[in-house]
Amino acid sequence: MDFVVANFAEILFYVVAALTVAGAVGVVSLRSPVHSALALLFTFLMVAVLFVLRHAEFLAAVQVLVYGGGIMVLFLFVIMLVNVRKLPADSAFLSGIAPLAVIAGVLVGILVSVGVLLGVLASGHGDGSHLRMVDGVVVGNTEAVGMVLYTTYLVPFEIVSVVLLVAMIGAIIFGRRSAALEPGKGGKQL
Amino acid sequence: MIGATHYLVLSLVLLCLGIVGVMVRRNFITVLMSLELMFNAVNLNLIAFSFHLSDLAGQVLAIFVITIAAAEAAIGLGLIIALVRLRDTVALDDADLMRG
Repeated sequence: MDFVVANFAEILFYVVAALTVAGAVGVVSLRSPVHSALALLFTFLMVAVLFVLRHAEFLAAVQVLVYGGGIMVLFLFVIMLVNVRKLPADSAFLSGIAPLAVIAGVLVGILVSVGVLLGVLASGHGDGSHLRMVDGVVVGNTEAVGMVLYTTYLVPFEIVSVVLLVAMIGAIIFGRRSAALEPGKGGKQL
Repeated sequence: MIGATHYLVLSLVLLCLGIVGVMVRRNFITVLMSLELMFNAVNLNLIAFSFHLSDLAGQVLAIFVITIAAAEAAIGLGLIIALVRLRDTVALDDADLMRG
């Protein structure tokens, strides 16, 4: 019991990390897209817990609201609109390029891990208290993020809003029922 | 003591799972989900370094990544709807209109 209390942060991290990886494996390997979507939702929530562990409370809330709320609903809506009976027989891990894909993934993993290990060895350590400070005064994480976002990063913030507008227009155009996309009316005959 | 290394290794595992998912799966919807996994791996990385270096820039950057991920999901799912309308399928192998 003393061991659990003394190493609570470590144990919590390892449990949550294991659950995150389990959820991600579920996303990649489950056959039904609905099951994949639920595994993805689980992964998002576990990542939010990890954010909290790294003193990013505001981002954890954003993760739950935007990913868990918005993007998940979008996915489930599309799965609902698409006829699930007509989904391809997706033999995940059995197709011809699967071994190559696994090898490529492992190679990328080794490459990046060497890079990040070097990066970690080169830099110092933090304690998280700077993540909740504005001008040296301790406030909340949300206030600190807001202060940086609306001062130092104001221009990128505005540009990202334009990107969102463009994405919205693009999604509307893709989703519109246009004559050129209809089979037999200018589109390619099936 | 949980350091940045633990988070980076976890983020790496997530990223690799996402890459494998994008390359192996044939279902457009699942490929998009794997893409979201990769975005999450990137965010985890940014947060880990934000804590490690005591710099809020990492968290702000993660907010931008989430914004772009939302835009990507909207456009990707719009593409799925268009593909279903055109070809009545969500299999990526059937999206070959531009093949010569």
